[in-house]
Amino acid sequence: MKAFTYERARTPHEAVTALARTPGARIIAGGTNLLDLMKLQIETPDHLIDIGRIGLDTIDDTPDGGLRIGALVRNTDLAADMRVRRHYGVLSRALLAGASGQLRNKATTSGNLLQRTRCPYFYDPNQPCNKRQPGAGCAAIGGVSRQLGIIGTSEACIATHPSDMAVAMRLLDATVETINVRGQSRHISIADFHRLPGKTPHIETSLHSDELITSLTLPPPVGGHHFYRKVRDRASYAFALVSVAAILQKDGTGRVAVGGIAPKPWRIEAAESEMPKGSEAVAARLLADASPTPANAFKVPLVERTLAAVIQEAKAS
Amino acid sequence: MPPSMTLIFSRRAVLAGSAAIGVFPDPSPANARTEESPTQSLDVTFEVNGRTHTLHLDPRTTLLDALREHLLLAGTKKGCDHGQCGACTVIVDGRRINSCLSLAVMHEGDRITTIEGLGDPDHLHPMQAAFIQHDGYQCGYCTPGQICSAVAVLDEIRSGIPSHVTKDLLAPMEHSGLEMRERMSGNICRCGAYSNIAEAMAEVAGAQP
Repeated sequence: MKAFTYERARTPHEAVTALARTPGARIIAGGTNLLDLMKLQIETPDHLIDIGRIGLDTIDDTPDGGLRIGALVRNTDLAADMRVRRHYGVLSRALLAGASGQLRNKATTSGNLLQRTRCPYFYDPNQPCNKRQPGAGCAAIGGVSRQLGIIGTSEACIATHPSDMAVAMRLLDATVETINVRGQSRHISIADFHRLPGKTPHIETSLHSDELITSLTLPPPVGGHHFYRKVRDRASYAFALVSVAAILQKDGTGRVAVGGIAPKPWRIEAAESEMPKGSEAVAARLLADASPTPANAFKVPLVERTLAAVIQEAKAS
Repeated sequence: MPPSMTLIFSRRAVLAGSAAIGVFPDPSPANARTEESPTQSLDVTFEVNGRTHTLHLDPRTTLLDALREHLLLAGTKKGCDHGQCGACTVIVDGRRINSCLSLAVMHEGDRITTIEGLGDPDHLHPMQAAFIQHDGYQCGYCTPGQICSAVAVLDEIRSGIPSHVTKDLLAPMEHSGLEMRERMSGNICRCGAYSNIAEAMAEVAGAQP
């Protein structure tokens, strides 16, 4: 690890003040992704602002019947919250499908969203990577790409965002709330939070450099049958090849978001109008612009089949 | 906070200084890096296995290295050092974590339990005894992490935290083999003692009310 200085913020305001004041500073919460990358010198902050003790760690009911999830709520606690289990089952399921018990105990809600979009070449400093070094090139394109993105990717980057939680948040229309040192607050729709790589794959989110996420808000529950089906190379503790988050209603309507295939949770609301026609119609609309590599073209039919399995399970229950 | 200008008395400097009398300088890049720039040094106080310790640390020190290298509690093991293998699992404030992916200075005031705090050869924790009984290891390197994780897993089930394989999110949790295996997936055992570990856990779980 490169040398850095460290400070512990006591309040959200202290954290954003330190962030604005200190060049090269990064926020650290659970640290499970940041420290991993710092050990490899892929992340090299000059200063860390520890927000582990600033509060923002409760889940509160909102006046309209939704939930406001503090940025520092641990993944374990969010998945275990009875309101989430009862009304937002897809979120519990997605969280529990991610990482390991140890990591979920440290990982936070906002940290999960902000984990790096990544691939094995991003982790290997001996390979060119436009995320690590803009303009360097992408070793994943033409490399081993079985695990990587099939849609929303660019000629600069084909990495995927690995979060399961974010896929459920996208399905649930969550809103990200931020603050900055001037006391300004911003509400960002989860749909707009993660950016597609384009020519600037090193810029992954629409969060400003002086902003701190304070919460994620879920709108009131929409009922229905909740699913998070994750397909991966081993049964546990692996990134998704494809994951399907879905809320299906008894009348055959529903919503769908897909993980493991793109640099952000992949949802196209227009595709959901095809739900009554079945999985093939929905998948065709969702993946109309897919440009897979030969090694990951299998993900195109896999999305359709995973969705078909989910729809079948809904009908059987 | 500006970087402190106090130079750390590094191992490399000691070794380099001793080279004239026949000690080889340490060529490891990790130690070379510590000399790149003067760094900050911080105090942190936490409780480990019931004893309070105050350490003066480079902020880069992980909780794992603080336990092993500073407190000489070498029971907790360094496997991958990237949160993938689980060998470094310890219990912090009742929750199991990867101590390799956490900075020691982030643990001010925390209560930490390592394998040494669970039991000792004369007073084994029931999980330690069950691992011996069921041959839940071969080389033993992953074992402290496995045992810390296993103890915490049973607590997680008792306190109703669901898992990926929990069928009904609203029903009481079960101590089933499937649950144990899923919940232990963050602990890798290269010798493949998994089935015996699951048996050890089942025995301890069964013994609990």
